[in-house]
Amino acid sequence: MATLIFLLSAAALLQFFISYSRSLIAASIKQPLSAEVRDVTGIPSTAAGEDFARVIQLLDLCPERPEDRGRLRAINAYFRLLNFVSSTLARVIPALMSWTEMERAQCAYFAAVTLDRRIAFSRDMLAQQTEV
Amino acid sequence: MPDSIGYTIWFLGAILEVSVVVCALAKDAFRRYLCLNLYMLFSFLLSAGRFYVLAQFGLRSSQYKYFYYYSDAVLTIFLYLALITLYLHVFDEMKVEKYVRLTAVLLLAGTALFSYGVVQQSQNKMLTGFVYELSQNLYFVGLVLTYILWGTILKLRESRTQLIQLVLSLGAYFSAFAATFALQNMFPHLEFFTYILPVFGCLLPLAWAYAFLRLSPDARMATARLAVVQR
Repeated sequence: MATLIFLLSAAALLQFFISYSRSLIAASIKQPLSAEVRDVTGIPSTAAGEDFARVIQLLDLCPERPEDRGRLRAINAYFRLLNFVSSTLARVIPALMSWTEMERAQCAYFAAVTLDRRIAFSRDMLAQQTEV
Repeated sequence: MPDSIGYTIWFLGAILEVSVVVCALAKDAFRRYLCLNLYMLFSFLLSAGRFYVLAQFGLRSSQYKYFYYYSDAVLTIFLYLALITLYLHVFDEMKVEKYVRLTAVLLLAGTALFSYGVVQQSQNKMLTGFVYELSQNLYFVGLVLTYILWGTILKLRESRTQLIQLVLSLGAYFSAFAATFALQNMFPHLEFFTYILPVFGCLLPLAWAYAFLRLSPDARMATARLAVVQR
């Protein structure tokens, strides 16, 4: 009985986590990237999964906005889960490969939008300091 | 006594619980999600109460054990009621409040009876056993109900972003707890559970605080793209 409950709960947890991560991404997917971020990241209009690591490296160079931290961690965990699925299950079920690639690309776009916000945040901080 | 990591997670959890209420008050969402906020407030007060009892009587005292298990059962019932209010939010235009409330009460009574039956058959017939069993079963019932609620949200194309995120984070919380309880039953001597449950306990208030603080009540999203299996 405990094994059955564990399996059901783990499956539900996975599904809720995926949907929650997608709901976080959905809020940012409609935002266009600024020309500056497009130049820096090399993302033209749509991102690819491979861009994620590079955008995260760029994010680490910018001052952190506290409100981004939790969301970014959740999406980072989601991206790792997608990488795991892509290197294991997707090899057995090819249909999963295109799904994981699409999701990974959206994670990269989410990270690029976050980078855009951080750059704007840093610029505002600098402007405030100059005024003072 | 719990070690410093245990205290840190406990303290962090209590801070996050209060921050949910503060964020809801700041964004005028306290009354809209009254039961969710009352649950967080009550959870914070019980954390303070547990700390007081722990400091007075010690971790191994029967006073602390009783206080811990009874307060946990009351908290779980509170969370169950908070979940039911989310149902009321989703069904608010259908005028089915009466039926939702009646079903919720019957389900709660059924879970209590089932837990009583399980304790009656076991060697441990103490009230504490019943309280522990009730908490565990309510987590699983909560998980199933949240899953049904999520299905309903997708079916009805509910688009309120804040409500969707509150439901999804609650679903993740219930399933994480139910999975951990099940693992605990399978491997009772594993020490891995010492920190994992309190950490899960921190994630729910974190997600709710974010939903209240960052999302406007009018923000909308297309639910179709949130489903794991696209329709």
